[in-house]
Amino acid sequence: MSIVATTRRRSASRARRVSSVLFVAVVAMFALTLSYGEFQISLPDVVRSLLGLPTPAGVDYIMHSLRLPRASVAALAGLAFGLAGAIFQQLLRNPLASPDVIGVAQGATTAAVLAVMVGGFSGVAVSAIALTGGLVTAIAIYLLSWRNGVGAYRLILVGIGVGTALTSVTSFILTRSDVKVAAEALIWLTGSVNGRTWSQIVPLFVALIVLLPLTLILGRALSGMQLGDDLARAFGVRVETCRLALLLTGVCLAGMATAAAGPIAFVAFMSGPIAVRLVGGGRPVLLQAGLVGALLVLVADFAGSHLLGSRVYPVGVVTGVIGAPYLLWLLATSNRTGRGG
Amino acid sequence: MQAPSTLAASALSLGYGDRAVVQDLTLPIPTGKVTIIIGPNACGKSTFLRGLARLLPPSSGTVLLDGKSIQETPSREVALRLGILPQGPIAPDGITVTDLVSRGRHVHQGWFRRWSSTDDDAVEQALTATGTLELAARSVDELSGGQRQRVWIAMALAQRTGVLLLDEPTTYLDVSHQVEVLDVLTDLNEAEGTTIVIVLHELNLACRYADHLVVMKDGAVVTAGAPTEVLTEEVVTDVFGIRCRVVPDPVSETPMIVPIGRHRTAS
Repeated sequence: MSIVATTRRRSASRARRVSSVLFVAVVAMFALTLSYGEFQISLPDVVRSLLGLPTPAGVDYIMHSLRLPRASVAALAGLAFGLAGAIFQQLLRNPLASPDVIGVAQGATTAAVLAVMVGGFSGVAVSAIALTGGLVTAIAIYLLSWRNGVGAYRLILVGIGVGTALTSVTSFILTRSDVKVAAEALIWLTGSVNGRTWSQIVPLFVALIVLLPLTLILGRALSGMQLGDDLARAFGVRVETCRLALLLTGVCLAGMATAAAGPIAFVAFMSGPIAVRLVGGGRPVLLQAGLVGALLVLVADFAGSHLLGSRVYPVGVVTGVIGAPYLLWLLATSNRTGRGG
Repeated sequence: MQAPSTLAASALSLGYGDRAVVQDLTLPIPTGKVTIIIGPNACGKSTFLRGLARLLPPSSGTVLLDGKSIQETPSREVALRLGILPQGPIAPDGITVTDLVSRGRHVHQGWFRRWSSTDDDAVEQALTATGTLELAARSVDELSGGQRQRVWIAMALAQRTGVLLLDEPTTYLDVSHQVEVLDVLTDLNEAEGTTIVIVLHELNLACRYADHLVVMKDGAVVTAGAPTEVLTEEVVTDVFGIRCRVVPDPVSETPMIVPIGRHRTAS
C-alpha cells in the first residue's frame, strides 16, 4: 500500500478508535450512574427496569424517578455542551472562544432564571426562553465586537464582559427571590443534574436529535475552514453560510443544555481541547468533543455525589474545580504562544 | 484532470470598503501558459489575484471563467476548475503532510462520495510532483520553510484544477527554494497544460519563468506580453521608480534587471 494510503488510514483509524472508546466509556459511566448509590441496583436489574420487565420492589421508582433522569440529563447536556464548545473554538480558532466563556451560556442562564423565578414558567417554555436568551446574547456580543468585521480576540473579550454582567444579573435575581427556591437556584449558579424532571430533559433530547446530525453535516465544512477562509472558499465551501449555520447550531446546543442542567461550568470549554489532544493530527473534532463532554459530566457528577466524602456537590462545582485552573493556564500561556488571537 | 478553463478579467474593479485597489482592469489570462504578475508593493496585484479566484467580490465588472461570470457560477463548479494558494494559509497543529494535502480534495468529497483510490492517487501525484512524497508521514510543524511551501503547493495541486493561482509562493524562501518552486510549477504546466498565474516579487525570476508577464502599477496593468517584448528599462523605471539596465539573462536570455542606485556604480 502506498505511503499516502497508509498515513491517511492511520490517522483516520485513530479518530475512529477514540470515538469508539469514548462511546463505550460514556455507556459504562451511564450504567454505573444508574446502578451505584445508597440503594444498589444490579446491572441485570438496571437492564430489566429499562426494558419494563418486573424488578424487585423500589427499583423501578429509583430508576425512573431519580437515576435515569439524572444520568440522561448528564449525558445529554454534556454532549450538547461538548459539541457547542468545539464548534465555537474551531470556528473562531481560539480555545478561549467557548460559549461558557464568551457569555452565550450566561445569556441562556439569565433568561432561564428570569423565566423560572420571575415568570413562573416551567418545562418547554423555559427551554425556549433560555434558547432565546442565548441567541440574543450571541447577537449582542457579535454586534458589540463589530469594528469593520469581527476579530476573534475582541469577540472573546467582549463576551467575557457580557458574561460577567449577566452572571451578576442572575445573582441579583436569585438573592431577591424566595428562600424556599434557594435549592432550585443552585442549578442556575453552578449547573446541576440533580432532581431534573422529564419535562426539562425531553426538549434537550429532541433538540439533540435535530442538532447532532446537523452539526456533523456542517462539520465537513470545518475541515476546509480550519485552513483559513480564503482556502475554504477556494475549496468551494460557502464560508459565510456555513459559519452562520454553525454558530447558530452552537448557540442552540448551548442554550438547550443550559435550560436543562444550568451552566455546568467549563464543560464546553474543556471538551474540545481534550478531544483535539486525543484525536491528534489537526483533525476537526466534533463528535469526539461531544462524547468527551458527556463523559466529563457523568464522571464529575459521580465524583460529586459519591467520591468527595459525605457531602454531595453539584456537578458544576466539580467541573469548575477542574476547569478553572485550565482557564488560568490558558490565559497565562495563550498570548505567549500566539494562540490568543 | 480536465482541460484548463479560460479565465479573464473584464472591466474588473476591486476594493476593500471604500478604498478602490484595482480599477477597471481588463485582462485575458492565456490558457495553458504561465502568467506572472509583477509590480511594486501595494499595486493591487494580490488583490487582483484574489478577485480572479472570487475570494473578493468585485465592486464592478466581472471575472469570466469559461466565458461565464465567476460570481454566478456555483462555488463547487468554480472549485473544480480553479484552485488558488493564498498568502498565509493556516496549518492546524499536528497535521501530517498527507492529511494537509488531502484537504485539497475537499471539493471532490461529499457525504455520498467517500474517499477513494482516485483521491489517494491525486494526493500521491501531488506529493511526487512537488518532491515531498518522502515527507508524507511527517508532521507539517516539523518541516523547513521550503518544504512547507512545497507541501502547500502540493495541496493546491491535489485539487486537480485546470487553472492554478498562487500568491507569492516563494516569499520567505531562499534562492534555491525559489527556483525549485518555480521549476515545480513549470513542470506542472508542461506535463498537464495547467494554466498558472503567479504573483511574484522576484523580477528576474519572473522574467525567466513567465510565458506571459503582466506589469501592474496603481491598480492598473501597465503592459502585458512576453517578457522579452514588454520589459524595458523605461517600464521598470516608470513602475518601480528606479533607474536600471536591462540586459539578457546569461542563463535564459530573458530580460535581467540590474538596478542602479546612487552608490557603487563603476562609471
